[in-house]
Amino acid sequence: MSSTTTAAAHDDHHHGPEKGLLRWVKTTNHKDIGTLYLWFSFIMLLVGGAFAMGIRSELLQPGLQLFEPQVFNQLTTMHGLIMVFGAIMPAFVGLANWLIPMMVGAPDMALPRMNNWSFWILPFAGAILLSTFFMEGGAPAFGWTFYAPLSTTFAPDSTDFFIFAVHLLGFSSIMGAINIIATVLNMKAPEMRLMDMPLFVWTWLITSFLLIGAMPVLAGAVTMMLTDRNFGTAFFDATGGGDPVMFQHIFWFFGHPEVYIMILPAFGIISHIIPTFARKPLFGYTSMVYATASIAFLSYIVWAHHMFLTGMPVAGELYFMYATMLIAVPTGVKVFNWVATMWKGSMTFETPMLWALSFVFLFTIGGFSGLMLGIAPADIQYHDTYFVVAHFHYVLVTGALWGIIAAVFYWLPKWTGKMYNERLAKIHFWIATISVNITFFPQHFIGLAGMPRRIPDYALQFADFNYISSIGSFAFGLSFILFTYIIVDCIRNGKPAVARPWESAKGLEWTLAAPVAYHTFDEPPTRAEILAESQHS
Amino acid sequence: MASMERKKISKGFWIKLVSVPVLMFFFAYAMVPIYDVLCDLTGFNGKTGTVETEQQYQVDEDRLVTVSFFASTSPGFPVQFAPKETSMEVVPGKFYNTSYIAKNTTDQVIYGQAIPSVAPTDAALHFKKLECFCFVKQGFQPGEEVEMALRFVVEPEMEEWIKDVSLSYNFYKLDS
Repeated sequence: MSSTTTAAAHDDHHHGPEKGLLRWVKTTNHKDIGTLYLWFSFIMLLVGGAFAMGIRSELLQPGLQLFEPQVFNQLTTMHGLIMVFGAIMPAFVGLANWLIPMMVGAPDMALPRMNNWSFWILPFAGAILLSTFFMEGGAPAFGWTFYAPLSTTFAPDSTDFFIFAVHLLGFSSIMGAINIIATVLNMKAPEMRLMDMPLFVWTWLITSFLLIGAMPVLAGAVTMMLTDRNFGTAFFDATGGGDPVMFQHIFWFFGHPEVYIMILPAFGIISHIIPTFARKPLFGYTSMVYATASIAFLSYIVWAHHMFLTGMPVAGELYFMYATMLIAVPTGVKVFNWVATMWKGSMTFETPMLWALSFVFLFTIGGFSGLMLGIAPADIQYHDTYFVVAHFHYVLVTGALWGIIAAVFYWLPKWTGKMYNERLAKIHFWIATISVNITFFPQHFIGLAGMPRRIPDYALQFADFNYISSIGSFAFGLSFILFTYIIVDCIRNGKPAVARPWESAKGLEWTLAAPVAYHTFDEPPTRAEILAESQHS
Repeated sequence: MASMERKKISKGFWIKLVSVPVLMFFFAYAMVPIYDVLCDLTGFNGKTGTVETEQQYQVDEDRLVTVSFFASTSPGFPVQFAPKETSMEVVPGKFYNTSYIAKNTTDQVIYGQAIPSVAPTDAALHFKKLECFCFVKQGFQPGEEVEMALRFVVEPEMEEWIKDVSLSYNFYKLDS
């Protein structure tokens, strides 16, 4: 509590935020932009969630009830694209904007104007993507992976708008990543060494390198699509000497790093929350850093495990299978470190901790089903079934999204200066965790039994599990109404929070007053302050 | 002011940082030739090889491999296209002849090219063609029926476990 007033005392040097709506348009403040990112991604989460409700309503019973198959395919495609590019990725960039400058003792991001630009591209990209629903021929219906030739020869005209939207989203992500690298490497407090950095900063730094390496490859892939569709090239068209299988290689060369882009920052968040509520320093800080870097490196060399059925020499299948298995090692290091952190800790179970524990448990289930899918001969059975759907929802919903929600509850008192309603938040947690399992766990079974993904109708034998899954998904969807209420209630009516609402929380951001001042760390923290707040044991 | 001690961001740092995404964008394009070379080297994706001359192989007369022939046409290619024989028993190391038959059912001149693919992919590397209608673009006169020759060899180096090899052609329409 004693160190909380230093930043506030300096605040009078600065003007506060501008008044009115233009504040949000013109802002270059990392906290404002973080807030914008978070609200944008939350709206996208609700939009993508609405599509998911449509999908599950159609799948509640066998037969076609609500949507034509073509419309159903548009829903699955847009659900995937909106959730990946509109919800999960911007949410993590928003958290990075809010937290990284405070965690490294910097006054702001390194490139505040570019920061404004990289956010304001997003609503336009999202609007372009969503507007395809109202175009002739409908929205893209080829799945979020947009394999050629479905997305080139056989796609609706709106595909060109989709391509432009992906270009914009890619630009935004790359600029965000460059900004984060520059901030971490150049703006951190002079007294802070790399191995003093909190894990959220470390995981985001490594994620940024994945972003600047992988997103341009996606941009290349959609540019090839664009020229194939409109300008007579034949990258993916066998008629002109191209090859549609090559599309899958280029796509997954981006796609596999992409899935780690969406999970590494969550690993960082969990590495903050568990030590706080176990009241012990993080176990194996150094190994956490190296494990994150290893996962990032391996993510670039395993992409063809998504393509075991495209026809590959046995040697290729073996290589990609073993390389994929190898990722389980650094990931296992992380899970064991989290468990070891809790070992003999004085644990309490406030809402952020509940989400973090749920993350560790459920993400590990998703990791294991990923290992099963990585077994080349077994993948022949699992490929493109609901088992895959179950797998990636366990890692993306109960992994990435759980990390984001945990972070929101953990840092909400810092951002708003107010406490959320703990009792309601716990009720929300249990509804969400139970319903998400009712939704996705049965999908393992129907997948193993052979139900293919991306279909609006299915054989009668799958009816019971689909029914359970749909009911669970409706409960899960409704739980976000409660979530919205808790957040809005906290902002409007929350009781004032103290600067360090979690007694054992470590990190420079907790030395700042709550609510945090508009400008912070005009003067960098000293070595003693950094060491006192470090995650070292 | 302590804040003056913060590092200045050097020009070299910017150049490095921005060049990574630019280079990776072009890397996506570089994957096109890399992919072709890898396919030729590994037989990845069923790409078949060619031989220039009728070279001599070590022939094991007792080993037999069944080669099946398939044909398909892509949408908008109005030529009937089928193998003359649907399968052959071959001895690895010997050259064989077979052919495909194509009939233009329209009253227009049609151009097209056939793209081969071999399965399993581990056989693709050892399936070599000396002569093939797929090497060049084909033209079909109105109503014309042609027999198109193929001369191939399955190399003895192909792994023993492969007993069946399928060769399929897909015919694509070209504008001229």
